[in-house]
Amino acid sequence: MTAFDNKKGRSILQAMVRSIQQNKTHLSDIDGLIGDGDHGINMNKGFSLFEKEYKDKELSFNEGLEKLGTTLMNKIGGSMGSIYGTLFIGMGEAGSRLTKISLADLTAMIEKGYSKLSEIIEARPGDKTLIDTLAPALESLKKSTEKKEDFKTALIKMKAAAKAGSDSTRELKARYGRASRLGERSIGVPDAGSVSCRLLLAAMGDAIVELLE
Amino acid sequence: MQRIINDPDNIVDEMLEGFLKAHADIVEATANPRVIKARNIPGAKVGIITGGGSGHKPAFIGYVGKNMCDAAAVGEIFSSPTAAAFLDAAKVADQKKGVACLYGNYSGDNMNVKMAVAMAKKEGIAIKTVIANDDVASAPADQREKRRGVAGEIFMWKVGAAKAAQGASLDEVIAAAQKAVDSTRSVGIGLSPCTLPAADHPNFAIKPSTMEIGIGHHGEPGMKVEPLGSAEDIAKIMVNIVLPDYPFKEGDQTAVLVSGLGATPVMELYVLYNEIEKLLQQKGIKIYKNYVGNYFTSLEMKGATFTMMKLDDELKELIDMPACSMGLKEGVCS
Repeated sequence: MTAFDNKKGRSILQAMVRSIQQNKTHLSDIDGLIGDGDHGINMNKGFSLFEKEYKDKELSFNEGLEKLGTTLMNKIGGSMGSIYGTLFIGMGEAGSRLTKISLADLTAMIEKGYSKLSEIIEARPGDKTLIDTLAPALESLKKSTEKKEDFKTALIKMKAAAKAGSDSTRELKARYGRASRLGERSIGVPDAGSVSCRLLLAAMGDAIVELLE
Repeated sequence: MQRIINDPDNIVDEMLEGFLKAHADIVEATANPRVIKARNIPGAKVGIITGGGSGHKPAFIGYVGKNMCDAAAVGEIFSSPTAAAFLDAAKVADQKKGVACLYGNYSGDNMNVKMAVAMAKKEGIAIKTVIANDDVASAPADQREKRRGVAGEIFMWKVGAAKAAQGASLDEVIAAAQKAVDSTRSVGIGLSPCTLPAADHPNFAIKPSTMEIGIGHHGEPGMKVEPLGSAEDIAKIMVNIVLPDYPFKEGDQTAVLVSGLGATPVMELYVLYNEIEKLLQQKGIKIYKNYVGNYFTSLEMKGATFTMMKLDDELKELIDMPACSMGLKEGVCS
C-alpha cells in the first residue's frame, strides 16, 4: 500500500469531475453570498467539458491532470480557470516521468502545482481563498512524507487538514479576489474556492486509496 | 426566470453569432471564436484591445469598431476571458506599433491579462495595459488601486482609441487612457438582482422597497442598503458619492454617462439624468457631453450607474473624435 499505478489514474480524475458536478449548485450558492454566484456553474462547465472530450481516451493520472488543467485554462477563463488550470498543469508536469506514484511523489506534484500557482496569484494563507485549503493540505502531506507514514493515513490526514483549512475561511476577512472589497461583510461565509478545493482534494484522496497497491 | 434562450450553456456563443450577423458592417469574427475584431483595422497605429465577462452588453464587444477598440476577448457570463483569448485579441490588433490592453480591475481579468501579456511579449508584441478602477463604492479613496472598473471603462476606450487613431505612440496612448481613468468616477445603485442564465435563482438579494447603494456590476454588495428613494433622492446620493471623491468642482467641464443596469426602462434613465443635471447645474459643473442609455449592463439587474469624467482640452478633443461601434457612435458611421 505504498503507491498507485499512474496509468490507472483515470478513476481519480473521474472522481474529481463527479465531486464538482454533484456540488455545482452548492458551490454557486456559497459564491453568491459574497461573490457573483457562478463558481459552481463555471467549474461544472469546465470539468464536464474535460470529461466529454476525454471520455474514450487512455489517460494516466498526470496526463489527465494536464488535460484537465489545459481545458480549464483555455476554455473556461475566469479566475478559477487560471487558478485550477495552473495548479493541475503544474501537478501533471511534475508527475510526467512516474510509473508508480508514491506519497512522496504526490507531495512533490502538489508542491510543484502550488509553486506555479504562487507565480500568478498573490494570495497567501489567511487571505480567504483556496490557498487556505491547499497550503495546509500540502503541509500535511509533507509532514507525513517526512515521518514516512503510510499513504492511506497520509491521505486521511490531508483530507482533514483541507477541511479544517476550508472551514477556517468562514471566520476570515477576504483580502484577495472579488470578495476582498467587502471587508468585514465577508466574515461568516466560507470562501467558495476553498470549498471546491477541499472537495477536489477529498475526491482525489479517496480515489487514490482505492488504487493503492 | 422566463428567458429567450436555448441551452443556457451555449448562450454566449449563440449571442456572439447573432451579434456578428447584426453588426457585420462594424465587426467580424476571428479564428478564435471568443475574439471579435473590428472590420478594416487601419494599419500603422497602436492596437486597442479589451475583454471581459459576458452579460454586460453592449460591453465589451459593443465597443469594438472604427476609432474604438480593435478587438475584444469574450468570457463566459460574469467571468474573465481566457489568457489565450486576450493573447489572440492582441495578435489580431497588432500592427507592429504596439498594443494597449484597456480593461477593468477584476481578479480574473488581471490574472488572465497578466498571462497573456507574458505570452504576447514572448511573441514579440509590445503590449501595455491600463486598468480602469472608476467605481468609487468598491474601496476607499486611499485604496483606489483596489476599486473595480465599471461604466467608466467606456471613457477609457474612447479616449485611448481616439489617441491611437491620431497616430500617437503606445506610451502616448497608454498615458491618455490612464488620464481618462484618473479623471473618471462612477457609482451604481441596484434595485433588483440578476440571475445567471444557468442558475435557477438570483445570485444575490435586494429586498423589496430597498436599494443597494454602490452595487457592483456583478451584484457585488455595495456600501449600504436604504429604503428606495425617488429619482431626486437617488440622484443626490449618487452625486454626493461621486463629486467629492475626485473632487469635481465648480467650473469643471465634464462628460456624464448614465447607464441602465439592464432591466430599468430607458425612460427612467432620463428621469435620473434630469435630476443629476439639475444638481450639477446648481454646483456650477458643466456637462460638455452626455450619454444616457444602456451602455454597460448587468444582465437584468434593475438600477443605474452614474459616471463622470473631468475634461481638459485633450480629453475633449479625443471624446469628440468620430467613432463607430455598436455601443457608442460619435458622428455618422461611414
